[in-house]
Amino acid sequence: MVLTNIFAGFGGQGVLLIGKLVAYAGMDEGRNVSWLPSYGPEMRGGTANCSVVVSDDPIASPVLSMADCVIAMNTPSLDKFEANVLPGGKLFINSSIIDKKATRTDIDVYYVPCNDIADQLGNPKVLNMAMLGAYLEATKVVGVESVLQALLHSLGEKKAHLIPLNRQAIEMGAESIRK
Amino acid sequence: MAKQLMKGCEAVAEAAIMAGCRYFFGYPITPQNDIPEYMARRMPQVGGCFLQSESEVAAINMVYGASAAGARVMTSSSSPGISLKQEGMTYIAGAELPCVVVNMVRGGPGLGSIQPSQGDYFQATRGGGHGDYHPIVLAPSSVQEAVDLMQDAFDLADQYRTPVMILADGIIGQMMEPVEFTERKSTRVLPKKDWAATGWTPASDRPRAIVNSLYIEVDELQELNDRLQARYKIIRENETRAELYHTEGAEIIICAYGTVARICKSAINLLEKQGCKVGLFRPITVWPFPEKELAAVMAQDSVKKAVTVEISAGQMVEDVKLAVNGTKPVEFFGKPGSYTPTAEEIAEYIIKSAREA
Repeated sequence: MVLTNIFAGFGGQGVLLIGKLVAYAGMDEGRNVSWLPSYGPEMRGGTANCSVVVSDDPIASPVLSMADCVIAMNTPSLDKFEANVLPGGKLFINSSIIDKKATRTDIDVYYVPCNDIADQLGNPKVLNMAMLGAYLEATKVVGVESVLQALLHSLGEKKAHLIPLNRQAIEMGAESIRK
Repeated sequence: MAKQLMKGCEAVAEAAIMAGCRYFFGYPITPQNDIPEYMARRMPQVGGCFLQSESEVAAINMVYGASAAGARVMTSSSSPGISLKQEGMTYIAGAELPCVVVNMVRGGPGLGSIQPSQGDYFQATRGGGHGDYHPIVLAPSSVQEAVDLMQDAFDLADQYRTPVMILADGIIGQMMEPVEFTERKSTRVLPKKDWAATGWTPASDRPRAIVNSLYIEVDELQELNDRLQARYKIIRENETRAELYHTEGAEIIICAYGTVARICKSAINLLEKQGCKVGLFRPITVWPFPEKELAAVMAQDSVKKAVTVEISAGQMVEDVKLAVNGTKPVEFFGKPGSYTPTAEEIAEYIIKSAREA
């Protein structure tokens, strides 16, 4: 099994973090993983992305041109990366702020109202976790519990009280694509 | 110790501390700032010294001083900063001192870009500064390998009394991968640093230690150069390393190092699905270049040609040609600057090249 992913959005949406959580969780589940952030001029322009590979075998290239999954948190990310989804792959669109539809017909497209879910939960910061929930539901690449464990590791014990809120966001994101 | 997910830069820094490095002198530049940042936090915890110098030139001269006093010491930078350090590096080589220098290469020439590049290969492998010297140059292609090589680097430096460079790139520096830090037991017998200037008094039972790279007399300079060349010969004979990937029975051998070698592996995996027999030769030491190892791979009857892939205008390809020595064609694929080729582009080139063969 090898799953390649590009997580993209603008700064503050937490795309680098959800990519990192997938990598952490994959490592904890005994997989090979790599997490490669964009650090060039594009991040200075306000958008950020990271390439994440989760694989049973050693990872050849951590640098992705095409990916099994693309997560687009804003419109520029959708414009930039829709063409980079491998045929038969998955595209996740933050439908709260992206009013376009995908143009590809050879891939599975998931519309996730990330900002709306976060607003319902009363904390706009968890929009990335809503997207992560949908992504985990569709791919099953790593378990939700592994991801929450990784989040706890990242937050530290002092912020452990935030875990239930994040769990809820993940569940609502997953629910949004169950039909 | 369990596996940890770490950025290449931070992993390299921790590896250095585990290898006994207690002095770090550097000046900031992207994409390696995570190294000084990590060192600034960690060095005081282990009783070491972190110092951000006023310039790269100052940093490398602080390395010179600490090394002359017998310390395990390092600096890190990225291409433009490494250029500034070349004067210090040739002095360190001339004074026969050990040190480790990390170069997280970015695009050039000039200030260039902050994206990954391999344009510093010539500078790294040919010496970089003036005079006849070479640092040992190690080129990791994963975060784990960067950790392992970093620890070897200090031993190599001490054994041969030479600067050792870790030649990586922005991807290795910025990427997170799982790493394991294991207690290293070096099998090398490292010489005592009896040349170190550790403070002399009339009561000392040794002569004064004088660290110097100036030899006004022709004969004395000749002695230094003879010593260095004899040492380089031993390094060439004993320290070459390379990874072979699917080279047995291959028709085309891709030669690549660092991150690019991993992209080439993905290309090879794509090509194998299409029935192409392609292997990878990845130098881990780029100086000394693993000439004999490459020549043996290329001597197989199945091999028709070599294709070197680099993010440069074609630098390592010259070493590949020297190793192949005209016996088979050597091609180059790549661009100078910071353009990282995709696996698909490499595969496409190889298919085209295979048809011509």
